[in-house]
Amino acid sequence: MFDIDSISEIWQTIARNKTRSLLTAFGVFWGIFILVILLSSGNGFQNGMKTQIEGFATNSAFVIPVPTTEAYKGYQKGRNWEVDMSDIQAIKKKIKGVELVSPLLSEYAYSGENNVFFGIKGGNFGMKGVLPDYNDIDRCKILSGRYINQTDIAEARKVCVIGKKVYEDVIGADKNPLGLMIKANGIYYQVVGVVQQYNSNVNISGSVNETVILPLTTMQRAYNKGDKFDFFVFTAARGQNIKDLQENIKALLRERHDIAPTDEGAIMTFDFEELFTMFDYLFLGINILIWIVGIGTLLSGVVGVSNIMLVTIKERTREIGVRRALGAKPAMIIRQVVAESLLLTILAGIVGLVLGVAIMAVVAGIVGNMPSDDMMFLDPQIGFGAAIAATIIIVISGLLAGVLPAMRAIQIKAIDAIREE
Amino acid sequence: MIKLNNINKTYFGAQPLHVLKGINLDVAEGELVSIMGASGSGKSTLLNILGILDNYDDGDYYLAGKLVKNLSENQAAEYRNKLIGFIFQSFNLIPFKTALENVALPLFYQGVNRKKRNMMAMEYLERFGLKDWAEHYPNELSGGQKQRVSIARALVTSPKIILADEPTGALDSKTSAEVMQILREVNATGITMVIVTHERGIANLTRKIVHLKDGVIESIEENDPDKMDFTKEIK
Repeated sequence: MFDIDSISEIWQTIARNKTRSLLTAFGVFWGIFILVILLSSGNGFQNGMKTQIEGFATNSAFVIPVPTTEAYKGYQKGRNWEVDMSDIQAIKKKIKGVELVSPLLSEYAYSGENNVFFGIKGGNFGMKGVLPDYNDIDRCKILSGRYINQTDIAEARKVCVIGKKVYEDVIGADKNPLGLMIKANGIYYQVVGVVQQYNSNVNISGSVNETVILPLTTMQRAYNKGDKFDFFVFTAARGQNIKDLQENIKALLRERHDIAPTDEGAIMTFDFEELFTMFDYLFLGINILIWIVGIGTLLSGVVGVSNIMLVTIKERTREIGVRRALGAKPAMIIRQVVAESLLLTILAGIVGLVLGVAIMAVVAGIVGNMPSDDMMFLDPQIGFGAAIAATIIIVISGLLAGVLPAMRAIQIKAIDAIREE
Repeated sequence: MIKLNNINKTYFGAQPLHVLKGINLDVAEGELVSIMGASGSGKSTLLNILGILDNYDDGDYYLAGKLVKNLSENQAAEYRNKLIGFIFQSFNLIPFKTALENVALPLFYQGVNRKKRNMMAMEYLERFGLKDWAEHYPNELSGGQKQRVSIARALVTSPKIILADEPTGALDSKTSAEVMQILREVNATGITMVIVTHERGIANLTRKIVHLKDGVIESIEENDPDKMDFTKEIK
């Protein structure tokens, strides 16, 4: 279709009316340009969101005991019940497919009053009692020192790991925190480590950066919890369905705590798969919206091309008629008109694509250099697949834009054109 | 070369118009024929039918031994391209193509490659003294030059017949004489030629004058152009 002769034929006609060709092409250029910008921004947003949930084990779920909602075995409904270490042992023993089970005690920074002090400096932070394996579920970056270890648990040592913000606010970023004693809710703990949250905005009871992390056993003693705790998190082994495990664990807990087997309200669960699925749908929605808007913009450009081509054909009635008289077959006329719109569209589209990608590359560079921890916008570029898709769309829209004018062109008979009136 | 048997043509508009009412005409190979008639006599319609630009309703039209009837668009295009060369009153050169490109265009539709068709087109331009004008656009040429370009374009495919529709209609008398001289020379090489005209002087330069009136052939006049004084005939 595009040998030298056809190209020069097409180019002659396009170049004949440069301003008009340029304005027409601008519609398509703009459509593709906007599509690329939108797609890139969508990707940037998506990448930003993904880093927000990065660091948290995606195959994990919470199990939280809440008051029962049904009377059972002589107990009234509304009874408070708690989980303890024997439940953890039982789950580990009886439920297959569970990888980690990690109990948690947590105290939110509700009051708003300062509760953590170093010397006279203080701040208002949450507290959390964990086992060492908790760091495999809600991963955080260890800036200095270490995380809670087994010895801390076994000896219920009065040590703590503090979040980055706790360190900066209470101790001060200029001091080495390791070995220092801080007072949290009236008890002194020795700082053994400082941690920072990954970009994750998925938190269990507040950001790690603003938490004082204690060994579970220490916190249990400090708060007179015995071997009870508030809730636990578990992860599924590879290939295990988290929903099935949840049901099995619920059934086991109901049995162990005399809860009616039908009591769905007594055990609250929340799994992250659900959250991530939600994110996926959100991204899907955003992408659909982007494509609709982008294609819409492009479509108006295509209609513009088609429209101008129709006018052009009308103006070229005589020329096309002469061509017909000289022996141009209908297919050749169709080919010429479609090729014209195709060339115009492709040139404009490629320019739009390249310019869009170039601009977003610059934006990506600027965003990438911004020293922020929780970027909601990251690496806004379109993928190779999307670029290919955009190119295919350009070609198809070029063909579509040419169809109507081509149909009009072959209706021109040689005799109409050379008639002398 | 051309054989028309009882050709009828009616235009169906608001009022049906019976334009050609049974035309019978034979044109032998190498003949130079003119068709004369007042406006509305059907001469343009007849030329369109001869040029396979228009259909006819009844009768048979044989061109170079082939029946031209109910052709598909593609066949018609091919016949026009290979058998017929057109010369128009208003030249109908394509304005954004050079003289050379205009002459080469019919060959483009034959699929002749670029180099060869430019060479052939140049040959024909040279023959009509337009070599130096090959790269000029139509609006840079005089009327006579334009018509010579269009004659070159008509001849470049070596057609069987040349159909000329008022070839001198837009030219002054001096240029008209030149163009007619060229057409006669072309005819002398053996190419059949049909010229539609309303000027007696032009018709007098052809061997056979077909008088058309109200859609029928009124008379066919034999003529000896060699007896005519060229400069006198074209005023």
